[in-house]
Amino acid sequence: MTRVERAAPRRGGKRSGPPEPEFVQLLTPEGERVSHPDYSVDFTDDELRGLYRDLVTVRKLDAEATALQRQGELGIWASLLGQEAAQVGSGRALRTQDMAFPTYREHGVLYCRNIDPIMPLGLFRGVDQGGWDPVANRFNTYTIVIGAQTLHATGYAMGVAKDGKVGDDDETSEAVIAYFGDGATSQGDVNESFIFSSVYNAPIVFFCQNNQYAISEPLERQTRIPLYQRAAGFGFPGIRVDGNDVLATYAVTRAALDNARHGQGPTLIEAYTYRMGAHTTSDDPTRYRVASEVEAWQAKDPIVRMRKLLEKQGIADEEFFKAVDEQARVEAVKLRERVLSMPDPDPVTMFDNVYPHGSPLVDKQRAEFETYHASFEGSH
Amino acid sequence: METLTLGKAINLGLRRAMEDDAKVLIMGEDVGKLGGVFRITDGLQKDFGDERVIDTPLAEAGIVGTAVGLALRGYRPVVEIQFDGFVYPAYDQIVCQVAKFHYRSKGKVKLPMVIRIPFGGGIGAVEHHSESPEAYFSHTAGLKVVACSNPSDAYWMIQQAIASDDPIIFFEPKRRYWEKGEVDTAASLSAAYPLHDSRVVRPGTDVTLLAYGPMVRTCLDAATAAAEDGRNLEVIDLRSLSPLDMGPVFDSVRKTGRAVVVHEAPGNLGLGAEVAARITEECFYSLEAPVLRVTGYDIPYPASRMEEEFLPDLDRVLDAVDRSFGF
Repeated sequence: MTRVERAAPRRGGKRSGPPEPEFVQLLTPEGERVSHPDYSVDFTDDELRGLYRDLVTVRKLDAEATALQRQGELGIWASLLGQEAAQVGSGRALRTQDMAFPTYREHGVLYCRNIDPIMPLGLFRGVDQGGWDPVANRFNTYTIVIGAQTLHATGYAMGVAKDGKVGDDDETSEAVIAYFGDGATSQGDVNESFIFSSVYNAPIVFFCQNNQYAISEPLERQTRIPLYQRAAGFGFPGIRVDGNDVLATYAVTRAALDNARHGQGPTLIEAYTYRMGAHTTSDDPTRYRVASEVEAWQAKDPIVRMRKLLEKQGIADEEFFKAVDEQARVEAVKLRERVLSMPDPDPVTMFDNVYPHGSPLVDKQRAEFETYHASFEGSH
Repeated sequence: METLTLGKAINLGLRRAMEDDAKVLIMGEDVGKLGGVFRITDGLQKDFGDERVIDTPLAEAGIVGTAVGLALRGYRPVVEIQFDGFVYPAYDQIVCQVAKFHYRSKGKVKLPMVIRIPFGGGIGAVEHHSESPEAYFSHTAGLKVVACSNPSDAYWMIQQAIASDDPIIFFEPKRRYWEKGEVDTAASLSAAYPLHDSRVVRPGTDVTLLAYGPMVRTCLDAATAAAEDGRNLEVIDLRSLSPLDMGPVFDSVRKTGRAVVVHEAPGNLGLGAEVAARITEECFYSLEAPVLRVTGYDIPYPASRMEEEFLPDLDRVLDAVDRSFGF
């Protein structure tokens, strides 16, 4: 899978537009199904419609969260706009028993894990810092420090191997997926996770969504070679997939996960995509990228091409598309209502869960806090 | 009772913890065949195998970060950082991840891991091998921090730390690794002195000396010397640096009216500052003198030919005792 290319590195200078990447693609931006020698996957009509529904729904929920932030209901939001296929494709490729380690943008993966989409909203609203059970949900709490979670994923995968859960049975053997972005590939933690997973042959897939920007910094500030080629230096396969192609992303991720669970060690997947929106709602991308670039990527939209495919294959009609939109709208409204009714936490709960069994210092400060506030009761 | 060095006591404590719980893992650089550069894990890989005693790549953030993942998976990793000055590459993982996972998950995740760090000077080493970074970790909510000072505590405290649900930074006084003491290895873990309690290790009436790790021995020696001058010093081994167990300290200072805190780490914003502040808040009317500190100077750890002058010693402790009586 790893192709050693000796492309001449760009040595600074003006960016002359993105290079045409070599990647695995099964669905073109025009909605044409194409084949690939290494990756073929048959989807039933239901599955194709299901993937389309996922894409539309996660985009709608994401747009709703952006709106909630604009209206002051969320402190900040990290939008996945443009990256729906990378997240839905990889998220649906996970088997039930697999474990995912997200960054803070994997709302689409979370949705595909059949986890309540309200879960991360508390974090962005500021009522908690996640608060879900990573192991029970098979989905770790969002990690905000860039790349830190790749080491947790690697350690977890080492534990999977120690537990004897690597093997041929796809229903019981486990694999782990670590999400991160192009910026994170510069982090020491990510490179160390490549090393640890490689030397211990851990059952892990490194899923890099290369969305071309680390906040404002373009890819060329992180790398002189295509990111997937980094894997060769660490001794495991790297592959680039069209991250706006949900079918290819699914196929490549499923294969890498199954390789991992069967004992063949790690794979680096570079999902080549684009962050259509801002880094977060606090960002202004017009300061560092031009409209023509955004428009070029608009033409590669992951949802449009899926719709074209469904239409061409005659497996979905206008009624279906309307129903999907309506269903997504209803889910978004529900999400909005639940965010608005999220109570502010009682401030005294800030002292909870610092330690599993408390601590004299924290306990004392909690008591002092309560006494202090009680002293105001009845006064104005 | 067995007579053990402090280093051997930790080794036996680790061994017993591994026997008691198959989920206990040891991870670190050179901890396998070599048994660690101080031989603290000597023989463990031979007896427990390389799946449980894991020689890791040479990357501290990686060691601690993967230990977090193993703890999420249900293991109890015991990580060895080879020397105090090598912990900093892992600082982000310790402070941002190890310390915060439980809080972030609203208590749904426990990270029962231990990070062992040989610390302190006095062994004539080169740069980065003699530091005392305990304040950095004691300042971080979500971590617990302990330091052992003698073989018996070393044997029990390492087992208690491993059995604890908290992530614990476990400081080992490397220059005391070879000091011997009696250890009742036949006793049961549940009967051991509580991990996070301080302890009066020498009762006295005139001044309270407060120390932990390597400086406990120094303070005990100072108390012996002071006794020849007719001064009766009480020595308290703080043992737990986070949380601090101040109750016995307050009792002692209310009795003596004088306190001197001793540590190798630089004084500025060190543990001594916190201890002094808390004594002042609780024992103000009992104090006959300000709480004094005897610490390393606020400089980078110096070249080893000068370290004897950098490190607090018996004379500097007694000098502080004299100054306390000068008020």
